Amino acid sequence: MEQFGDAVLEDDEFRGDVSYTIKADRLVEICEALHGSAELDVKLLSDITCVDWLGDEQEEKKGRFEVVYNLYSITHHFRFFLKVRLDEDDTKVESLVDLWPGANWMEREVWDLFGIEFVGHPQLTKILTPDELEGHPLRKDYPLTWEQPRFSFNKDDPPEVIK
Amino acid sequence: MAREEKTITMNMGPQHPSTHGVLRVVVELDGETVVRAEPVIGYLHTGIEKTMESKLYYKALPCTDRMDYLAPMSNNLGYCLAVEKLMDIEVPEKVKWARVCLAELTRLNSHLVWLGTHAIDLGAMSMLLYAFRERELIIDIYEACGGQRMMTSYIRIGGLAHDLPADFDKKVRNLIKLIREKINDYEALLTNNEIFINRTRNVAVISAEDAIAHSLTGPMLRGSGVNYDVRKAQPYSGYENFDFTVPLGKKGDAYDRYLIRLEEMRQSLNIAEQALDGMPEGPYRAHVPGVVLPPKEDVLYKMESMIFHFKIITEGFKAPKGSIYQAIESPKGELGFYMTGDGTNRPRRVRVRPPSYINLAALPKLSEGRMFSDVVCAIGSTDIVLGEVDR
Repeated sequence: MEQFGDAVLEDDEFRGDVSYTIKADRLVEICEALHGSAELDVKLLSDITCVDWLGDEQEEKKGRFEVVYNLYSITHHFRFFLKVRLDEDDTKVESLVDLWPGANWMEREVWDLFGIEFVGHPQLTKILTPDELEGHPLRKDYPLTWEQPRFSFNKDDPPEVIK
Repeated sequence: MAREEKTITMNMGPQHPSTHGVLRVVVELDGETVVRAEPVIGYLHTGIEKTMESKLYYKALPCTDRMDYLAPMSNNLGYCLAVEKLMDIEVPEKVKWARVCLAELTRLNSHLVWLGTHAIDLGAMSMLLYAFRERELIIDIYEACGGQRMMTSYIRIGGLAHDLPADFDKKVRNLIKLIREKINDYEALLTNNEIFINRTRNVAVISAEDAIAHSLTGPMLRGSGVNYDVRKAQPYSGYENFDFTVPLGKKGDAYDRYLIRLEEMRQSLNIAEQALDGMPEGPYRAHVPGVVLPPKEDVLYKMESMIFHFKIITEGFKAPKGSIYQAIESPKGELGFYMTGDGTNRPRRVRVRPPSYINLAALPKLSEGRMFSDVVCAIGSTDIVLGEVDR
């Protein structure tokens, strides 16, 4: 990862899992380089997910949302994570669908559940939740028991995130 | 008179016998050729990840059974390994071997259901009855272990729920002997069956490059000849001690995947047998005070065990801050748990990497440009469980 110089903000190792936090605007460039590199040969995009750090002051300073790309090299048997930090008011990151068609549904899921917008995605629509549901359920400020669409009852008025 | 060029859009599902659950596929047809196939999912979405994030670590375990309900032990195993990695717990040797044995029986269970349902989709009715007959015996073993037939929750954080039953060894050995013979019967029914070959050969083909680009894993990836099996690539729970081979396909069509799954069933029997042969004696749960529940016998007679039991049940344990990822080879592919602890007694994030969901995303690639009837074969050979797709 040294070759990417100042694009790598932070590296971390926890229980043997290596991760690099990179600048959001360099994501596609770095992924293309890793994908094309004969030495590393990172061809399998295993997963895309997101962590919402709402309420953790130390982490929130770096950006509330942490989008995690789980990459694996089939030839060399190693796994590592690329992480991108996004602020609450600018939840946009470039889509990787052109490089990995498999990213399509993974990005749609993250959009549906976290509201991260993947710029350049061909069909960024809801995938798991019903069309009537407003808000993004896996965000930490989305209430656990709020019922949408309504089947039986909701005890209180809708919270701020849904309105 | 010039023929008018037009396509029709058809709706397949969500309640359709060949979709193996509530999957809807919107298919655009030109005659009988599929122009576009768009899977529509979410009918079973119950927010399992959100539920797990709101619970104490050990209380989230029963949620995992309900995702891939055909392979409950695999899900339990993946989740427990992830929590053990996060908490840095080493489990006793006996637990590792017992887990491998159960995980391989689970692979058999899942593949048997797949074999039966896939074959009935393609017209081989009797296969379903045979496959379910043998599956029943595996479920009996689940029942003997955990008291439950499907939602077992038998594998727990740091060990097992109870010790293995006294006649476990005998029961599993009988089962292995029986299924070994039965697999030959299945082969006699299907492998050289002309109708089955015509329905699966060169159908739902995906090349190795495309399979990797679509992030496929499990038999879907190995059917195209890519050698990636988490058990070999990044061994967990002591799989490095077992001797088995990973079958690979050549063409990447539905027939190759059928052959691979049958061979995987044979390999699973071998692994389960090796696990029984080498099963060491010892405790069935790790001794980590404050994190792993003490055995119930101790709770009744020992003061400290009772206190720890009470503490863990009421407030759980606090995980360190950090993220881990633990993958296992579930019957469907790479099942992974990405877990983030934040210093509290509840996980900040539990992400399940669902193999069915990601494999299903390749359905348009498998079926577009092919005949409509091949869509059924493509769905069948992908081996999806909608409980896991939607979560």
